[in-house]
Amino acid sequence: MPMNTTSRTVTHCVIVEEDVQFTLIELSRVCRTEVDQLVELVMEGVLTPSGADPERWRFGGATLKRARVALRLTRDLELSAASTALVLDLLDEIDALRSRLRRLGGD
Amino acid sequence: MEFKDYYAVLGLERTVAQDEIKRAYRKLARKYHPDVSKEPDAEARFKEVAEAYEALKDVEKRAAYDDVGKRFKHGQEFNPPPEWTSGFEFSGGAEGESQDFSRSDFFESLFGHQATGARGPRGRGQRAGEDHHAKVQIDLLDAYRGGRRGISLRVPRIDASGRASIEERHLDVNIPKGIRDGQHLRLAGQGGPGQGDAPAGDLYLEIAFAPHPDFRLDGRDIYLDLPVAPWEAALGAGVTVQIPDGNVQLTVPPGSSPGRKLRLKGRGLPSIPPGDLYAVLSIRLPPADTPTAQDAYRRMAEAFSDFQPRPALET
Repeated sequence: MPMNTTSRTVTHCVIVEEDVQFTLIELSRVCRTEVDQLVELVMEGVLTPSGADPERWRFGGATLKRARVALRLTRDLELSAASTALVLDLLDEIDALRSRLRRLGGD
Repeated sequence: MEFKDYYAVLGLERTVAQDEIKRAYRKLARKYHPDVSKEPDAEARFKEVAEAYEALKDVEKRAAYDDVGKRFKHGQEFNPPPEWTSGFEFSGGAEGESQDFSRSDFFESLFGHQATGARGPRGRGQRAGEDHHAKVQIDLLDAYRGGRRGISLRVPRIDASGRASIEERHLDVNIPKGIRDGQHLRLAGQGGPGQGDAPAGDLYLEIAFAPHPDFRLDGRDIYLDLPVAPWEAALGAGVTVQIPDGNVQLTVPPGSSPGRKLRLKGRGLPSIPPGDLYAVLSIRLPPADTPTAQDAYRRMAEAFSDFQPRPALET
């Protein structure tokens, strides 16, 4: 395949986890998915927005990573939303154990 | 390009029933999916497996692949026959599914690139550009100090006539001080171009820290191993330690045991609030490889004749 090179300077960027909140529509755009699929993940408790109803939902920046992992697992392992929720809970637990191991110096 | 034996990738015979293909894929996907797998080459393996499944799960595509497969072996040099200038035509299915992985040239020569995540221009008028995602590795020091760092990204582009090319983009990114492993940066307007006057998409960079030989990270906190001599642990000592942004004087309190954590408040990653730095003590024994050293250990044994190193195990 042909290769082209472009160069560009960026002066500004923000840390998503600290400075960004997403609406449902924004999150669906960033994750390239349908709103319905995100709603399903909220209903299963995988994603936890603030706000009473979907129009007013606000997702914290850390949702970006969680939603993308959930969507990839749902698609690639052909999981239901409920199974995805279980997998994510187990992954959280593994993360917590790994970080404990790191603190102790075991790899 | 090489012919790929998709059946071999899934560990299957060519004659298998359709539902065996799904079963084999799911088993391998659970093993190699990059979000759950710790296999060293998980991402590359999963990509192969997903591509094989995409080719074989659809009965039409499988038939087309089998037709080609009769004439080729895995790894054999493969050139698409001239009559395939337009590729195969399929009744749809996978098209439009968003995939994170690009497919191999071999796959695309058979099935075209329309089944991959890279999408060509669609329709007319206004349409905001797509958001793009990429992973970038930075050093711990970049996060400590912040500042400009050059990165390069390879972006597949599809032009109006459907031809694919790879564009290499160089970006200078201002890494914010105190960014943590696994966080994301958003670069507004650096994603896919918009159509018409619509705005470009954003670029999201997932930040991964390159592993450091001396420092371990846990969120904002940094851990380092601090080996000390037995007498330093017993009697206390002042030691100078190198930390990511310089040197620091640490006091090992008398009577320290291995595993004791010495905390340096606020000397972890410089976010708000800043993390802490922990030095985890371990005790290094001097070798007993000379008569003098052995003598010293013997004198120690005499001096501590009442010491019980394993009270729970002795009967």
